[in-house]
Amino acid sequence: MSVLRDNWDLIHKGFVETLWLTLWCGVVALVLGTLLAACRVSPVPPLRWFGTAYVNIIRNTPLTLLMFFVALGFPKLDIKFDYFTFAVIAVGGYTAAFICEAVRSGINTVPLGQAEAARSLGMTFGQTLSLVVLPQALRAVIPPIGSLLIAMVRNSAIAGAFNVDELFGVNSTLVENGENVLWVFLWIAVGYLTITLTLSAVFALLEKKLAVAR
Amino acid sequence: MSQKATVLFDAPGPRARRRNTIIGVVGIALLIGALAYVVYKFDKTGQFESRKWEPFQYTGIQELILDGLYATLKAFALAVVFSLILGALLAAGRLSEHRVLRWAATAFVTFFRAMPLVIMIFFLYVAPAKLDAWPGFLDWIGDDVMWPLVIGLTLYNGTVQAETMRAGILAVPSGQSEAAYAIGMRKTQVMTVILLPQGIRAMLPSIISQMVVTLKDTSLGFLITYGELLYTAKQIGAVQDYGLPLIPAAIVIGTIYILICTLLSLFAVWLERFLSSSRQGKPPAIAAPGDGELQQAGATA
Amino acid sequence: MKIRKTIAVAGVAALALLGTACGKDDKSSDAGKAPSYEVNDKFSMPDSKTWKAAKDRGHLIVGAKEDQPFLGFMDPATKERSGFDIEMARMISAELGLDPKKIEFKTIASANRETALQKGDVDIYVGTYSITDKRKESVGFAGPYYISGQSLLVKKDNTAITGKDTIANKKVCSAKGSTPAQKITKDFPTTTLVEYDTYSLCVDNLLSGQVDAVTTDEAILKGYAAKDPKNLKVVGENFSTEKYGIGVSKDDAQLREAVNKILEESNKEGVWKNIYDATLGLSGARPRAAPRVAR
Repeated sequence: MSVLRDNWDLIHKGFVETLWLTLWCGVVALVLGTLLAACRVSPVPPLRWFGTAYVNIIRNTPLTLLMFFVALGFPKLDIKFDYFTFAVIAVGGYTAAFICEAVRSGINTVPLGQAEAARSLGMTFGQTLSLVVLPQALRAVIPPIGSLLIAMVRNSAIAGAFNVDELFGVNSTLVENGENVLWVFLWIAVGYLTITLTLSAVFALLEKKLAVAR
Repeated sequence: MSQKATVLFDAPGPRARRRNTIIGVVGIALLIGALAYVVYKFDKTGQFESRKWEPFQYTGIQELILDGLYATLKAFALAVVFSLILGALLAAGRLSEHRVLRWAATAFVTFFRAMPLVIMIFFLYVAPAKLDAWPGFLDWIGDDVMWPLVIGLTLYNGTVQAETMRAGILAVPSGQSEAAYAIGMRKTQVMTVILLPQGIRAMLPSIISQMVVTLKDTSLGFLITYGELLYTAKQIGAVQDYGLPLIPAAIVIGTIYILICTLLSLFAVWLERFLSSSRQGKPPAIAAPGDGELQQAGATA
Repeated sequence: MKIRKTIAVAGVAALALLGTACGKDDKSSDAGKAPSYEVNDKFSMPDSKTWKAAKDRGHLIVGAKEDQPFLGFMDPATKERSGFDIEMARMISAELGLDPKKIEFKTIASANRETALQKGDVDIYVGTYSITDKRKESVGFAGPYYISGQSLLVKKDNTAITGKDTIANKKVCSAKGSTPAQKITKDFPTTTLVEYDTYSLCVDNLLSGQVDAVTTDEAILKGYAAKDPKNLKVVGENFSTEKYGIGVSKDDAQLREAVNKILEESNKEGVWKNIYDATLGLSGARPRAAPRVAR
């Protein structure tokens, strides 16, 4: 208990930073992921190629390597953000590739007739996708996106090794200060479990809500 | 391009085709522009200068990279074997009829699926040396940095594999086990003779997809100085005599990672198609947590 | 079919990658000017357990670091060690009557130094090992052989940072959780601390302008500056004191005494200065005198 009391500031700051990281990475991942999915099903071949290439490359790259590349490579491109932004780019961009695939699978669950009907009404690709298909796909993509976002929270811990003072990142200071290792890690774990379990509860609720609406 | 996707838009007419071409050209131009900027800036900051790339021609560095590859594959192989064993045990526990066993397995799975892998690995890395209460018979974990990595990977991936296996078993139509019980088979027999052989077909692609995740996650070893590929990249990148070639090293090592992960991913896709086409009857589809693709999507780094 | 084609392409790419494996030898190694040492064959110290075991074995086992240029460094291509600490170890080995060319170096992480000495995994440890009272409880120290302290490394053209009083509102990089890093957090509240697990990443960030300075022991910084004197320099007075000692087993007082004597001799004969000039001295930073051995 004393570990938590004596280092409340540090742990509390780390927890809040993890929350912010989760929020920003989540937004980036969802927006970019949906755009990528739209690219992958779009009528313009180069956009499809781009979407496919992005997804296949990023999904087969370790996040650690991506983080490494962003944190050390971007400053050399004269893109000098703080490390938090770098983490958002890496973790968000990484998760987006998975979100894209989840959304695309979701699009495939919407009955063919829906898109056909929309087209026969004269809707364009953008309208068909955003007004007819995606809203219906939402139901199918909620569970996988939930687990993806939870995975993202877990993955965001890697940012702690790249200069973001989030929850995991504080461990080295605490351990160096001679705090009991078991308690340090236990409290960090509790912090993550709080976020991940809350998130999964929220998504379970969301799933139920949408299922009723059917 | 799947059939369903093309249903989203009409066959483009002349105007649409022109518009698509314009979007396409602009898109390609933007992409090339971005790439050109990256190449230009990297060139300007000397990322392509020969002293940063030359080291990759040295026998010593090549051996180092091969050692790194070996270390990656070794940790990967051990983690896969252990996580499959752990996964099978946990799946059996989750499907068990003993309540205590079922609860224990469920608690284990819930906890380790929600925990960031880095934290487990780091704990196992730090604890043996710093924790007074660390049990002596587990000292071997602290002797070789490979073990914190392999055990961490096993704990996390084992729980994911367990869920896949459980889903695979549950996906076998209930009539199968009912019939087996009806002809007088025992529980173990039903599981090993009836359910597993059928379930495996359904779960295999997902299991292999998860292996890709395991393979990628071995790169976390670099945080605890395990000499795998990414650590090798950092090691090479840290040499000032070569002008700190971190970017070249990341490019070379990244290519290797993408290559081996893609090969494994393609194997999963191929296996899925092979299993669903080669024999009569499709394997039962796994319900949530998702089909093969989503399963991979649902997994981590 | 499509997949098979992709696999084929990937296979070809892999081969192309391996195809470059017509390796060259690394010739960039610049360990060159380090002095050579004569093996003192007459030396004998059968009372020392460590020495006797090393003599029977035929070589000394030295714990060292591998990522500190010109201090304790291992070329990843050639696996050759070089640097001030390494030369110290070689000199001591020769004086102990053990061929310095046969030394078996082991890289030991900072956290494991005491354990390695206690378990006898290494005979001596030479690697920016600060003498502290807490460590003295578990290991013995010969020396000090170098007096260092926290300092700052900046780009050569930087005139804004001249010492510890000029780092307010600047970004300073150090090793994660290390004592210098904690000192920055504690004593310099307006300074932004950036932390990596290795200093080379800090140096990379310094060169790419992501941070303004790197801080840690002056000896380590000098090593980096010595590798790249055109772009880097060490500035300011040390703002802490670290005495580097040579770690030996706590039980082996004879070995400790013998190493102390060797260090004193080497200071007198100017060997210390030769080693310094061939390594850390290349940074261009003002030379230091060999410290007095504390008995």
